[in-house]
Amino acid sequence: MLQIKPILVALKRHKAGTLLIALQIALTLAIVCNALFIIQQRLDRIARPTGLDETNLLTIQNRWVGVDDEKTGSLVRADVQAIRELPGVEDAISINSYPLRGGGWLTGVRTNPDAKKSETHTTQYFVDDHALATMGVKLVAGRNFRSDEITEIDPKAVVSAPQIIVTKTLADKLFPDGSALGKVVYVDDGTQPSTIIGIVERLGGPWNSTWSDTFLDNAVLEPYQLTGGGTSYMIRSKPGQLAAVTRSVPEALYKLNRMRVIPSERGVRTYDVVRSQAYKSDRGMAILMGVVCLVLLGITAAGIVGLTSFWVGQRRKQIGVRRALGATQRDILSYFLTENLLIGIGGVVVGALLAIGMNLWLVTQFEMARLSLLYVLAGVVALLLLGQGAVLAPAMRASRVPPVEATRSV
Amino acid sequence: MFGYYLDLALRSLRRNKMLTALMVLAIALGIGASMTTLTVLHVLSGDPLPGKSGTLFYPQLDPQDMDGYEPGKEPPRQVTWIDGMNLLHAQRGDRQALMTGGAVPVQPTQSGMDPFYSDARYTTGDFFAMFQVPFLYGRGWSASDDEGKARVVVITRTLNDKLFAGKDSTGQTLRLSDTAFRIVGVLDSWRPNPHFYDVNMGNYAASEDVFVPLATARELRMDRNGSMDCWGSGGGDEEHLETATCVWLQFWVQLDSPAKAAAYKDYLVHYSQEQKSLGRFERPVNVRLPNLMEWLDINKVVPGDVRLQTWLALGFLLVCLVNTVGLMLAKFLRRAGELGVRRALGASKREVFMQLLVEAGVIGLAGGIGGLLLAFLGLWLVRRQPSDYASLAHLDVSMLLITFLLAVGASLLAGLLPAWRACQITPALQLKSQ
Repeated sequence: MLQIKPILVALKRHKAGTLLIALQIALTLAIVCNALFIIQQRLDRIARPTGLDETNLLTIQNRWVGVDDEKTGSLVRADVQAIRELPGVEDAISINSYPLRGGGWLTGVRTNPDAKKSETHTTQYFVDDHALATMGVKLVAGRNFRSDEITEIDPKAVVSAPQIIVTKTLADKLFPDGSALGKVVYVDDGTQPSTIIGIVERLGGPWNSTWSDTFLDNAVLEPYQLTGGGTSYMIRSKPGQLAAVTRSVPEALYKLNRMRVIPSERGVRTYDVVRSQAYKSDRGMAILMGVVCLVLLGITAAGIVGLTSFWVGQRRKQIGVRRALGATQRDILSYFLTENLLIGIGGVVVGALLAIGMNLWLVTQFEMARLSLLYVLAGVVALLLLGQGAVLAPAMRASRVPPVEATRSV
Repeated sequence: MFGYYLDLALRSLRRNKMLTALMVLAIALGIGASMTTLTVLHVLSGDPLPGKSGTLFYPQLDPQDMDGYEPGKEPPRQVTWIDGMNLLHAQRGDRQALMTGGAVPVQPTQSGMDPFYSDARYTTGDFFAMFQVPFLYGRGWSASDDEGKARVVVITRTLNDKLFAGKDSTGQTLRLSDTAFRIVGVLDSWRPNPHFYDVNMGNYAASEDVFVPLATARELRMDRNGSMDCWGSGGGDEEHLETATCVWLQFWVQLDSPAKAAAYKDYLVHYSQEQKSLGRFERPVNVRLPNLMEWLDINKVVPGDVRLQTWLALGFLLVCLVNTVGLMLAKFLRRAGELGVRRALGASKREVFMQLLVEAGVIGLAGGIGGLLLAFLGLWLVRRQPSDYASLAHLDVSMLLITFLLAVGASLLAGLLPAWRACQITPALQLKSQ
């Protein structure tokens, strides 16, 4: 039988130390729970799929210098043609933006042209009939654009195209009964009707911050090629040839003409790089939180070891007396483990409340969700186990105190 | 006496190396983490123009139509061309400037240099004097240059170094988007933090490299960057931005005294009423006049992650301190016998208390030095991050001082309770149990 009562009596004589350990456990629990929760949220963000087949994908930023806007159309066409003919290139397109690029077109969509407010927001990608193949996006209903539907257009004159392809998320949002294919919608807050001719499984927006979370997977593909200052190229290489293509495409572009700037920073990026740069701060935050958690747990464990060791040292004589009176080594061991468990329980009860309170405060201050109780539970178990683990070494030492200690003075 | 206490403290600390190391480490980690994040916060929430920021104001008007009107809502954070020009020409402030950001292709005439894009600011002439921008060579442009859409440009020292190897380039020609501009001034190093005058460009972005008169940039249809909000029939059509119902410009005004600021606010109210009676404004008058620091608060320029990290680090420091209190308590009480002897030999409670506090202070000092080293390491790590404020993260003298005060103060605070408890020892009881 656990000797809880004598333990409580003994703890009363060490109020300050007991309270300090409990407080430390409580604070650690509160911080670790919230930190783990933040880590999980960040990892979820980082793992969000874009809908692209991200391997073998290359992106290039191109800006024209000294070219009249009207003349850029033919230059872009020549570029895309040249890229597609390069060895190692599977397909390529010119596009205004792409998922995780960090800047693109945002507009409203309505099913009723007279509605004052748009039903949801979406990004617009202006592409040609090679887009689905280049991006590796899966068409789940309808058809792709035909090459005769592609038109060149001045970005200032864009009105939504007669035929558009939308993502499944957007289609379901606008037509919850799943009947989106063939329906007419109004993009761009205009009155120009656009017929949905195809639905793709998934395609993310160009943003990655929290403000775009509610419409992240809404995208409209329109059969336009924009003229004007600059464009992005997306290039799919043949398997295993990405590195070679990364070198050969910029060279080929500069060989075509030098009226362009491909920025040295972020000008040529494989999609792996795009992804890791887009989520760099989220990953950094997750790592930081992880390190802080580990160090905190380490310090708390060390604190428990230190204080329990001290208590063991202080009570050698009493332990000796108990041993002399017939207590086994196991009894002594379980005494210290139980004592720690009691303190730990006190700490985690306060800590759980603190964790929830801290989360409620964080929700008001930062863009954060409510803490799931699962994290609190996991934290409670982890801290109790940590306490038991930390107390094990001093408790073992206590259990090895010989009964003869009772007869010695300190 | 202090020397003796110090000697006692060092002896005691040496006696139990593990425990001492643990306490020092805990304080060092807590201080290191707190100082790293506090320094970043300090840098990011600093005043970009100390001494001047109180006189700089950012007027906000509400020129929108009644669609989506909610009483008490903040007016748009930028102004339309019409309002911007009206406020500019009214000259009601001591200085005023209307501006927007952009990007221009720079086409160097020097052989072997490819054209490249530079961030640009299209602004009116008061910008430089109002924001106290330092000039290395030459000066800004005049109001008549603004009116005459002169082809003049001010460049930064960085660009001057790149194009002209640092020589005085005023009077020389610079080609920007196929147009020849005359360089009238070269700025000395200038990087206000945050990038307060246009927070659309990245809150801690470096200053632009090219400054061109706003009217000139509009006439040449130079590429514009930043945010634009339109309403009603307004489209973001670049050709007709001057008349569009869109806000896309930043307007700053310098008002040297609170009386002038109050008068200016009255003027804004008056202006809004006038525009309403003309039928341009539809909403009830809604004007605001935040000063520079208030404007930064409204825009929440300090990233949420940085604030979150600061709170995390302070929580971490708290746990480290609680840990240290616990360990010190154990340590001091363990020496009850020794302290009992000292008390019995005549040391007063006060003296024992002082002795123990000295020991706590030594731990704090060691922890502070360790924390400082960790903070240097932490800031070095921050500087290697990709964020646009990364390069700003440096420890300054005031933060250095705060580090030490925090470390020693925290550990003295941590030592108070244990030392007080240890003083309560009854000497007779301790001696008896020996």
